[in-house]
Amino acid sequence: MMNAIVQGVLLGGYYALIASGLSFMFSVMRIINLAHGSLAVFAAYLLFILADSYGISPFLGLLIVLPLMALLGWALQRFVLERAARAGLLVPILATFGLAIVVDNLLFEQFGADTRSLAPYIGDLSFNSWQITDDISVGQFAVLTFVAAVAVLTLLQVILSFTPLGRAIRATSEDADTVGLVGIDARKVNAIATAIALVTVGLAGAALGLRATFDPYAGEPQLLFAFEAAVIGGAGSVWGTLAGGIALALGQALGAEIAPQGFLIGGHVVFLVVLFARLFAPGSTFPAMLRRAVGRR
Amino acid sequence: MTALRVANLDVRHGLLRAVRDVSFTVASGEVLALVGANGAGKTTLLRAIAGAHLPASGSVFLGDVDVSRVPAHQRVGKGIALVPEGRRLFAQMTVEENLLIGRVSGRSGDWNVDKVLEAFPNLVKRFRAKAGTLSGGEQQATAIGRALMSNPDILLLDEVSLGLSPLVVDRVYESLRGSMTVGTTIVLVEQDLSRALAVASRVVCMLEGSVVLEGQVADTSREKITEAYFGLHRSHQPPGAAA
Repeated sequence: MMNAIVQGVLLGGYYALIASGLSFMFSVMRIINLAHGSLAVFAAYLLFILADSYGISPFLGLLIVLPLMALLGWALQRFVLERAARAGLLVPILATFGLAIVVDNLLFEQFGADTRSLAPYIGDLSFNSWQITDDISVGQFAVLTFVAAVAVLTLLQVILSFTPLGRAIRATSEDADTVGLVGIDARKVNAIATAIALVTVGLAGAALGLRATFDPYAGEPQLLFAFEAAVIGGAGSVWGTLAGGIALALGQALGAEIAPQGFLIGGHVVFLVVLFARLFAPGSTFPAMLRRAVGRR
Repeated sequence: MTALRVANLDVRHGLLRAVRDVSFTVASGEVLALVGANGAGKTTLLRAIAGAHLPASGSVFLGDVDVSRVPAHQRVGKGIALVPEGRRLFAQMTVEENLLIGRVSGRSGDWNVDKVLEAFPNLVKRFRAKAGTLSGGEQQATAIGRALMSNPDILLLDEVSLGLSPLVVDRVYESLRGSMTVGTTIVLVEQDLSRALAVASRVVCMLEGSVVLEGQVADTSREKITEAYFGLHRSHQPPGAAA
């Protein structure tokens, strides 16, 4: 049981890492990026090409892939999301849904259905572990992922709270019209924010490829885990995202303890319980909306 | 020296011509009051000068430079700052952060956080409070401070007294005198005529999008302004003269 909790917490670090970019984009731009998981898989394939064809270790490969992801984020905002946003509030979300399908299928066309992993390219690190007690040992890479998640979340929080860029991002998310009057280029700020989000997506893709396997359609479950972790943690709160990732992983671990098939179900149950607790918590406007919807006061 | 020149400016909201063929100049260090009834086009004119609305035709010159096509965020760097109607603070951010946001254009000058707090002492104890929790007077002070942080050559003030008690308005104007004396050019929109005439050296009166009266405050009687304000001068035309 103790072991399940420890492993759950560490897995939660991975979920927090993939959720960080999703929740960052939601909190500062009010966009749920449905291509989040597919783009993470795309980054994993980039690392795979670098490792497989050029013999570049995935850790070094990040030095190439992360700037590329930032560039991709900038372009995504400029050429897709910004245009879509002119057509209405929900259109950018639809656009990312379409983008996810495009990315998935392009990856399938290019790489086929083979399952890949980056683990062979990092040697012992992928399976080495530290023995904590007689019963519990933790994977070194799982610990590394957890540390990376905490570092990414801390960095995002520091950027948002204490830097001029962070102030500009928060001001733009609050009132995009008024920031122009104080000298901030809202378009540029949003493009930078998306670029930052996609850098975290690149890291998440690396973590996915290194800790497990991926194939062209692996993005969807990653999006689901990221979304569940972000919602459980309260979308938009940086530390909540870490807590959300851990809660999701613990739910899954607990589910797996109960029944071998319970892994995913356990996570979904935690997600739904938290979601409904939020909706019906004191002060929530949802119950009143529901009553109005069914025509009762 | 001319700080700001507006030439034949037309601004539209869709089909509505909110500002019609407006021309005037503001000299460096001058305080110009823009008066007129609700819907006369004052706010739209100020927003067009700040770059928040692009004009349908006509030009805005800053000194000798035509800025008509320059987007709002770049005009701040060229020395125009607008204190918008309704203050438009970033409510989730602290007073300090709102002031620091005003600094992004990177213009050098005398204004900094300490000087703003000196000019608006009521902000000192609310410095770390979220802007959304401030009183109206404190919010207005923060909004003006945010604009001053960009060290503007020209400060545009839209309805700074709106929704404030007379006592608070007194205090806001008292603090504004500080920036008036350092030579900042000011264009202010003000509903309260006597207050506008008390601080301004020149007055422009708008009616239905057009300028109907322009002159030095010293040469213009209150009656004439009131007539222009309500469009009464039209009915004073002799019978038959009107088309």
